[in-house]
Amino acid sequence: MALLEIDDLRVTYRASSGDMPAVRGVTLSVATGETVGIAGESGCGKSTLASTVLRLQPKNAEVGGTVLLDGQDVQTMRWGHLRAMRWNDAAIVFQGALHSLNPVQRIGDQIAEPIRLHDASVSKAQAAARVGELLEQVGLPSARAAAYPHQLSGGQKQRIMIALALACRPRLIVADEPTTALDVMVQAQVLDLLTDLVHDLGLGLLLISHDLSVLGTTCDRVLVMYAGRVVEEGPADRLFDHPLHPYGGALAAAFPRVGDPVARFAPIGLPGDPPDPRDLPPGCAFHPRCALGTDICTRTDPALEPLGIDRQVACLHADEGRDMKLLLAQRVAQRSQERLAQRAEATS
Amino acid sequence: MTPGTRDLLSARQLHVTFPGRGGRPDAKGVDGVDLDVESGEILALVGESGCGKTTLARSLLGLEKPSGGEVSYDGSSLAYDTRSLRSYRRRVQLVMQDPSGALNPRHSVYESVAEGLRIHRVVDAKRTAGEQVTETELVSRALSQAGLRPPERFFLNYPHELSGGQRQRVVIAGALAVEPEVIVADEPVSSLDASIRGEILALLLKLRDELGLSVLVVTHDLGLAWNIADRIAVMYLGRIVEVGTTEEVLSSPRHPYTRALLSVVPEIDQIEPIVLHGETPDPTRMPSGCRFHPRCPALLDGTAAEAGIEADCTSRQLPVLTAGGDHRAACWLPGRL
Amino acid sequence: MSAAEAADVPRLTPRQVTWRRRKDSFGRSWAEFSRHRSGLLGLTVLTFFALVALLAPVLADSDGLSRTTAAGEVLAAPTADYWLGTDEYGRSVLTLLIHGARVSLLVGLLATVISMVLGTVIGIASGFLGGRIQALLFRLTEWFLVIPFLPLALVLATLLGGSLGTVAFVIGVTTWPGTALLIRSQTLSIKERPYMERARVLGASKWHLMTHHIMPNVMPMVFANTTLTVAGAILTETTLSFLGFGDPNRVSWGTMLDSAFSNGALTLGAWWFLFPPGICVVLVVLAFTLVGQALEEVFNPRLRERS
Repeated sequence: MALLEIDDLRVTYRASSGDMPAVRGVTLSVATGETVGIAGESGCGKSTLASTVLRLQPKNAEVGGTVLLDGQDVQTMRWGHLRAMRWNDAAIVFQGALHSLNPVQRIGDQIAEPIRLHDASVSKAQAAARVGELLEQVGLPSARAAAYPHQLSGGQKQRIMIALALACRPRLIVADEPTTALDVMVQAQVLDLLTDLVHDLGLGLLLISHDLSVLGTTCDRVLVMYAGRVVEEGPADRLFDHPLHPYGGALAAAFPRVGDPVARFAPIGLPGDPPDPRDLPPGCAFHPRCALGTDICTRTDPALEPLGIDRQVACLHADEGRDMKLLLAQRVAQRSQERLAQRAEATS
Repeated sequence: MTPGTRDLLSARQLHVTFPGRGGRPDAKGVDGVDLDVESGEILALVGESGCGKTTLARSLLGLEKPSGGEVSYDGSSLAYDTRSLRSYRRRVQLVMQDPSGALNPRHSVYESVAEGLRIHRVVDAKRTAGEQVTETELVSRALSQAGLRPPERFFLNYPHELSGGQRQRVVIAGALAVEPEVIVADEPVSSLDASIRGEILALLLKLRDELGLSVLVVTHDLGLAWNIADRIAVMYLGRIVEVGTTEEVLSSPRHPYTRALLSVVPEIDQIEPIVLHGETPDPTRMPSGCRFHPRCPALLDGTAAEAGIEADCTSRQLPVLTAGGDHRAACWLPGRL
Repeated sequence: MSAAEAADVPRLTPRQVTWRRRKDSFGRSWAEFSRHRSGLLGLTVLTFFALVALLAPVLADSDGLSRTTAAGEVLAAPTADYWLGTDEYGRSVLTLLIHGARVSLLVGLLATVISMVLGTVIGIASGFLGGRIQALLFRLTEWFLVIPFLPLALVLATLLGGSLGTVAFVIGVTTWPGTALLIRSQTLSIKERPYMERARVLGASKWHLMTHHIMPNVMPMVFANTTLTVAGAILTETTLSFLGFGDPNRVSWGTMLDSAFSNGALTLGAWWFLFPPGICVVLVVLAFTLVGQALEEVFNPRLRERS
């Protein structure tokens, strides 16, 4: 039995101005010791999905499907049970965690808080000892417990957030954009830390990021989300090297391989913007921005289908042999050549 | 210097020191930099936070007065009186990191783009020179150049009605409106969604190709440099530690810091990851000798000792890297300088 | 884009653009404002009083204000002829009330204008300009703020004599510090925003920054604060007049209250003389406050961004 099992999750925000479907049927699972990544940009529903794991979604969110943590449905469990479960069984490192620390409280007190909330019998000394232990686990000297947040750097604060998440010895950690806004060296340190923790403590890790390259090197499996749905799924390194969905290809190409001649002077982006969940395009939600889009894409919404070994893609034109990154680069080169030709014509 | 090009924007022996408050020591933001931005080139200034790249960029823009050395444009030294700075602003412009904050939420797109035109009375100047233009035409042209077409559709929009990518294009249009020769882009895509990055970077390339603009991109992202930069300058703790063409620096980095940075970029697999320990040190407390030596893998793993330069690393100050076309690194290891 | 498409998109002149923008912005603000029922209620009450003040000569003959030609009985209770009874000279209280509205509202508005102009200018200057100017202005503001208001007002009123203009001036000069401090702190926070730096890089002068960027961003707060200031000003005018420092030749609600008290309306039980002006002041002040609070909510930082 997997640690976390999400089955056909649907989350809709109800508002007077109209309903907003943020998540439209996502299925995933995380096992102990496994790192699963969710790749997607703002508005794709990934943060909403993360919040449902601990039932932290806003009050106006209507949830369908099931979220099972250790076999128990998080969404329907009793309040007392939920409180006990939060932080004890699963913990979350939020997006923008750098600003989540109380500026007027010492670090040690902030980390001790959940420990003492969950077990009132823990004495101050015991809590302090545990705090020291946690700080060392995340690579900080235990003396840092006396510091205030403003005395720490971004990387150190992020480590504190991870220590906080580990405070009650959870078995699952959900990390929402843990390395955004960090320098590349600090990012490497934090990712190394997470990988070590998963290995040493036998945790399950759900890692959410818009940087597919980060997920490609840290995760076992990756799911790519767009407009509330999973559009591609597979083993992390293979998905990053060889994306099959056009959007997966664009995400992978956005962070090019340094040294790759294809990416030299050919930055690849997508025209347009992610769709408004209240006003999704007909058929495939990605078709207005898709390099492969044809007429049939405007009418049919593709379902997630297996393709090849251990891969799933939601695209009517998916082809196992096609290198999406190369195709997108070729399109970019083609467009710029067309533009040059047009201008040459215009001036002649 | 590549033949046929000219140095447009230069820094020579530049020092920018921030005085310490309340008895604390001074912080050396920029501690001796020689740099050239040639016309029609895209130069990436790469480094982590705290290395001084933003301070250097701001000094090149004339927003920070140097405490030593000089900034020069097209051969003449930059003067810091109001009138000179004003006319300088028409030659060098800025694109900031966060497009949402960079636009006044109460100004429409039209007003934001026209602002530069109004400040410099561009329309009047052009009319005097015999060119019949209206402000609306110039605004349209700038918006089109920035990729917002048809431009009229965006005139009445407000920043909060636009997406991140569109906002950044408006900021770029605002900079283009005054017809600069150099654009300084400070982390131009770091706060944008992944799929939009490429579009904005492609725009910068297009501006270089079609308008002959030079672009100084300040970033911590080596992948971005690989995408669009002709040359790279790597900064560490106030100094440039390596400079050269992008291919040279990223394919065969010479400075241990560059090697380490490159090794941890997730998309690289040729180099074994060298994760440096600790945080970037404080600019108020410069290490002696080579400022990178406390974290240098070459020193820690014995390579420096083998080359017999250990003493130099810890005690001998490196010279400021001269600006110019060759691939050089500020390191005592043989063959780097 | 084809030529046909280009022809469809209207070409707007900058002035049309600005006009269109103002209309849209006003429409949006109004829609937001009308969602606050308290604000609408306040606005209705204010409109009523404003109309009364404007149409005063039409509604009640100004001859009724003359003390010498007053025809009614002294301090008589309301009758069919005198709906609100008479004052100590036999004048119709209703006439006094209607004309008093004019004076009270006028003085309140005039005082507010003085206060707001002073407060905004000093607030922006002390927030934006650096160095000694700002230190000086700030000290000045603090000094004025700390002085007990009523004694200062009374001293000034005595020195300058009691006329409408003087009263307005006195109120304006003693109430500007509150506005100035508010504007100053707002200016300080706007000064650090990235778009200020962008404007500087574009080549903007200090004057340009203050007028094009700081003012428009500060104005909404000024606007909301103004309505609250008017309320305070009217109340202050009433107070000053009640204490006898108003204009003796004009009738305002405050002077009515003063007359009522000094002529023993309380002991005589002449409620028709005592209550109406007091109730009117309360209603107007309340209405301004409701409108002001609704406006503050309308102009609060709008977080209606995409993403």
